[in-house]
Amino acid sequence: MAPKKSQRPLSPHLSIYKFPLTMMLSIIHRITGSALYFGTALLVWWLVALAMGGQAFATVTWFMQSPIGLFILVGYTWAMFHHMFGGIKHFIWDFGKGFELESVDFVAKIAVIIPVILTIIVWAVGLSLV
Amino acid sequence: MSNNSNHDMRTPLSKVRGLGSAKDGTSHFWRQRLTGLANIPLALFFIYCIASVAGKSHADTLAFVANPIIAILLLLFVLSGVYHMKLGMQVIIEDYIHGEKIKILALILNLFFAAFIGMACVFSILKISFGG
Repeated sequence: MAPKKSQRPLSPHLSIYKFPLTMMLSIIHRITGSALYFGTALLVWWLVALAMGGQAFATVTWFMQSPIGLFILVGYTWAMFHHMFGGIKHFIWDFGKGFELESVDFVAKIAVIIPVILTIIVWAVGLSLV
Repeated sequence: MSNNSNHDMRTPLSKVRGLGSAKDGTSHFWRQRLTGLANIPLALFFIYCIASVAGKSHADTLAFVANPIIAILLLLFVLSGVYHMKLGMQVIIEDYIHGEKIKILALILNLFFAAFIGMACVFSILKISFGG
């Protein structure tokens, strides 16, 4: 006779484990942080070129307006908003608020959606000005 | 509570200071949050700046950055930003790199990178702003 299957919860098995949203966001927070970290090299390039003169500035402008440059800039904008709202989410948790399971998931979803919307708005406005 | 004093090896002074074994208490955590808070308005301002100069000529962009209000806020963004990213990358290095030598090397490079980025940005903004 087969023993009755236990109804007790099992500890997460990594191969079949569904990552909770908050866990994914925690990892992405570090990835966007790292991207912003190395992306500051672009800010240095832009500012130093601006200070150096027209020739250097023309080169950096050419790069920023190339397809690769635009892709990086849009990605950087998203990473900045995403990291910012991830940080705000952590501020809420730092105050000991919003730890109920529903609130945690709700805040996490908001922190995913708003950065995407803001990135689209910024670039819709930005590209219409150029 | 009074029983604890029989087992607690910490001196009264160390308990009052509350700095723990790493000797800096919660200062890393606190500075990470403080610079993060400052970065919220400063990063929004930075995005506004980039949008304002998008597609502008070299001379117009120079004039925009040279404005004292713009320059001061950009400098604050750079200073708060590089401090924040230095603290953040330090945590990532300490979490994922376990070899003692390579970890210390990575921590040194992290500091050098943040210092270089900060200095290069600050110098450029000041040079532009002072009209050099």
